[in-house]
Amino acid sequence: MTGAWPSAIVPGGVLATYILRRLGLALVTLWLLSVIVFFAGQVLPGDPGRAILGPLAAQSAVHALDQSLGVDRPLLTQYWTWITGLLHGDMGLSYEFRTPVAPFIGAALVNSIKLGALAFIIVVPLSILGGVVAALNYGRAPDRIISVTGLSATTVPEFVSGIVVLVIFGVELKWFPVSASAGPGASFGSQLYHLILPVIPLVLVLFGYIARMARAGTIEALESDYARTATLKGLKRSVVIRRHVLRNSLLPTITVIATQTGYLIGGLVVVETLFNYQGIGRLIFTAANSKDFPMLEAGVLTIGVVYMVATLIADILYTTLNPRLRPGGSG
Amino acid sequence: MIESSSELGPPTPVPGVETAITHAALRRQQPAWRLMLRKPTFIVGALILLFWIFCAVFGETIAPHNPLAQQLLAVNVAPSRAHLFGTDQLGRDVFSRVITGSRSILLIAAAATVLGTLLGTALGLLMGYLGGVLDILVGRVVEAVLALPIVIVAFLFIVALGPSAPTLIVVIGLVFTPLIARTVRSAVLVESQLDYLSSARLLGEKPPQIMFTEILPNVLPVILVEFTVRLGYAIFAVATLSFLGFGIQPPTPDWGSDIAANYGVLPAGYWWETLFPALAIASLIVGINLVTDSIEQVLAS
Repeated sequence: MTGAWPSAIVPGGVLATYILRRLGLALVTLWLLSVIVFFAGQVLPGDPGRAILGPLAAQSAVHALDQSLGVDRPLLTQYWTWITGLLHGDMGLSYEFRTPVAPFIGAALVNSIKLGALAFIIVVPLSILGGVVAALNYGRAPDRIISVTGLSATTVPEFVSGIVVLVIFGVELKWFPVSASAGPGASFGSQLYHLILPVIPLVLVLFGYIARMARAGTIEALESDYARTATLKGLKRSVVIRRHVLRNSLLPTITVIATQTGYLIGGLVVVETLFNYQGIGRLIFTAANSKDFPMLEAGVLTIGVVYMVATLIADILYTTLNPRLRPGGSG
Repeated sequence: MIESSSELGPPTPVPGVETAITHAALRRQQPAWRLMLRKPTFIVGALILLFWIFCAVFGETIAPHNPLAQQLLAVNVAPSRAHLFGTDQLGRDVFSRVITGSRSILLIAAAATVLGTLLGTALGLLMGYLGGVLDILVGRVVEAVLALPIVIVAFLFIVALGPSAPTLIVVIGLVFTPLIARTVRSAVLVESQLDYLSSARLLGEKPPQIMFTEILPNVLPVILVEFTVRLGYAIFAVATLSFLGFGIQPPTPDWGSDIAANYGVLPAGYWWETLFPALAIASLIVGINLVTDSIEQVLAS
């Protein structure tokens, strides 16, 4: 799970070439993703009109609906209309609301990014610190405690931990609101206050994995030849750790954090539904419940794009920061 | 002479190249199993797993009540001797539902993981050994699948096909396939560098034979670890989907959908209807993780 695949085969040339290549590959992947989403959303259901109206509707009504949705045209034509529309920012019409999908997606994405960003701001320093502390105490009590806590936190599904915090802090103690939506025009502080409960399950799930990676990276760096050389050279332990160990061990963690965006978004579906928060996860959930395929497809594709942009940035960051991969850098 | 010596000594077969190899292999394998059994984490994890498998198989027999039987005069009853884990909003025995609820989730998660592992292994062998266009093409598909969390992909396909056990198995299995293929592929690439493959090639073995009789046995440990890791994810995914109403459908006893059905009455103080299925999910995932961790550690050493 470490890093996107092609990052292992970095061409030894100029950084720009690498970024261009990486960008090209991301575009190919995005196209493939659009084919998968189109297949699932418009080919598999067979007859969308029937799927929306249910098994009891008259055939003539189904026909009429299919025609007005444009799903009775050949598949290639449908795909072409859909994909060219997407490229022009037109995500189609929602089956349910009969209005364009794009504004819904935009608003939901902004909300989800707020929630996701808060989760990352909390979990990244916390889990890296945890992982490094565990590695420095390898095999001793702090290591055991952090490792076991991380493992347990990661294994509990978000809906379980979400319900627990919701009931304890929202319903019983009434410290925090049970709904994550602060309402329109709420201040930054109020929004933050509403997001504290929903962010906990996300932090719990992410903590274990990132901490584990940071721990493994630090242990590897501690046992490396260069760390030993630095120690034998007479450098203080704190200097060795800061200058030689952490720089090397935390670099791969960047890639790991980027790949976690996918899991984060998976968790958003549950958390946003549980806390009644108008984000992209809840949007997809409601679209799935009402068989609103255009909304569902647009939501899924948006998540794919967000994930790919995140991994792309991480890959470029990794390549730029790693002196061994830097063009012209001598290591 | 040879015969008499073999009669006198321990019943060892006639020494030959082949037996020497199997012996070496056995000597390498046996300690791995013994090491595993000596690990307390493995024992605990395996016991938890065996407990739930036992419940999945014999659930109806060992459950004290019928998990579907509703007692409308005894709804939301707190845990007592008659109902160890209490009853839910429909008066069904929570203990019996937790015991029998292991079946659906274990069956679906295991079947999906087996499907994904079989397809992924075949694909990974082909990609790693043959390389070329196939490798590049599947590599892109892996990236595309990686871009979406399982729950999201499952939504898309389950809405299109309707929620059912076969749909869940196929969707989760197919999502796992490229991910497992990627792991197997990198293991195969490592193996490809080794000498025994070039000798096999020089001996005139055909690619399918090399892939399945030479490479496959050597990458099996990697596949085993991948299988257990994926099983944990599969259980996580099935539980989450059931909770959201896109997995196992009521009234079938299921931990995820039981939590979804009952967490609404938590504020009223009926905690047992949610807590026990939640503990069941957590214990199962912890059990699998303990087993996975021990296998990884033993194989790494």
